Amino acid sequence: MVTIVDLGIGNIGSVSKALRYLEVEHEIVAQAESLSSAKKIILPGVGSFSEGVKRLDETGFRPALLEAVQKRGVPLLGICVGMQLLAKTGYEGGETQGLGLIDGVVDKIDDMGGQLLIPHMGWNDVRLSDSPVFSSIPPQSCFYFVHSYAMRLNEDADTAYTSYGDDVLAFVNKGRVYGAQFHPEKSQQPGLTFLRNFIELC
Amino acid sequence: MVLLDGFSVLKTIQFAQRRNLGSPVTVVRTYNTRNVDELVLLDIDASKQGRAIDKFTIQDLAKECFMPLTVGGGIRSLDDIEALLKKGADKVAINTYALDNPQFIAEASGVFGAQCIVVSIDVVEQGKGFEIYSASGRPVDVSLDEWLTQVESLGAGEILINNVTRDGEMKGGNTALADYVSGRVRIPVIYAGGVSSPEDCAEIASTPVSAVGVSSIFHFTDATPQDCRNAMAECGIPVR
Repeated sequence: MVTIVDLGIGNIGSVSKALRYLEVEHEIVAQAESLSSAKKIILPGVGSFSEGVKRLDETGFRPALLEAVQKRGVPLLGICVGMQLLAKTGYEGGETQGLGLIDGVVDKIDDMGGQLLIPHMGWNDVRLSDSPVFSSIPPQSCFYFVHSYAMRLNEDADTAYTSYGDDVLAFVNKGRVYGAQFHPEKSQQPGLTFLRNFIELC
Repeated sequence: MVLLDGFSVLKTIQFAQRRNLGSPVTVVRTYNTRNVDELVLLDIDASKQGRAIDKFTIQDLAKECFMPLTVGGGIRSLDDIEALLKKGADKVAINTYALDNPQFIAEASGVFGAQCIVVSIDVVEQGKGFEIYSASGRPVDVSLDEWLTQVESLGAGEILINNVTRDGEMKGGNTALADYVSGRVRIPVIYAGGVSSPEDCAEIASTPVSAVGVSSIFHFTDATPQDCRNAMAECGIPVR
């Protein structure tokens, strides 16, 4: 059973649809208490970092997620803004504190002096790591990105990068905590395989 | 790009002559297996008939669509947008209603984020210039240039240009229009209208536009999305 966290700002429908297609049993929860028995958690997100932080605090999901991951070792996958919320600090909509599960900072993508369009929107090659989440996905596969902010790490972790001007963090993993800046639920076969791997191998 | 008249897939020529191509579910399934990069679905009768695109059709289509899906047609409220997003759309395209109520772009962008709001603009060629085409027949009192600036500053995340003059003709897209629009805004631009072949598609993609919308050559010729990608790769354009 996979538990999808509904902060009211995610594209919950798309993630749920992908899991249904993969025939994975899942539930969508909007109450923080429902995480107490979760075995595997996905935190999707669309919207801004500060809005996400506000929802984490209003709903009580912040302590519930930390308890699940840090005390019970439940695997957690954050997608897009959901990945960014794993970081310590974000600067979208003012400086706010994320979950702090990854020592990183979420800041605006460098537009290289106006040369790049922001938001970064489209399909990009990801230089895959050896993580089991990428197992049986061809190297240099493309994933779909839509974002204006990205995470920079202040610690060592398993990572995969894409290029948009500079290197942009596309994937991070530390212990049981996983984050994807791209949208696996919108990235056709490589994305579906990524989700299946997280569910079966992590 | 897939056009609907409410329930069936259509191909038009200059938005007028129509040809019915059957069930949207079948068409979308084909595109899904052919790995298109993004799907844009527009109900071209919704505004005229005073209704929004049917959300149950979207729900059916979205079930097997694991790529970004943009949906447009008759959107005139935040509730319309929310309903479409809940049924599986990732972005919405707003056209007629935005022309009458520009502030709606700002409202929608504020609530759902700029990345979610595509402003669709129908354009006709007038000699070497370009004008906004009004689907309703009423004159549009804003120039393309002004409208582009306004749309960007109101918070649209993306612009979709439909070249009505070349729609469905398969005689080649207008690179000057693609150049013109993408030179005037700092947000992604999709050009659609008249693409005649994978090579033509590559030529338009060589302008600063972010994407090219293709329809007729996929419906009526042997050309596939992969052919277009190959042609673009040959021109040195990065593709997946």
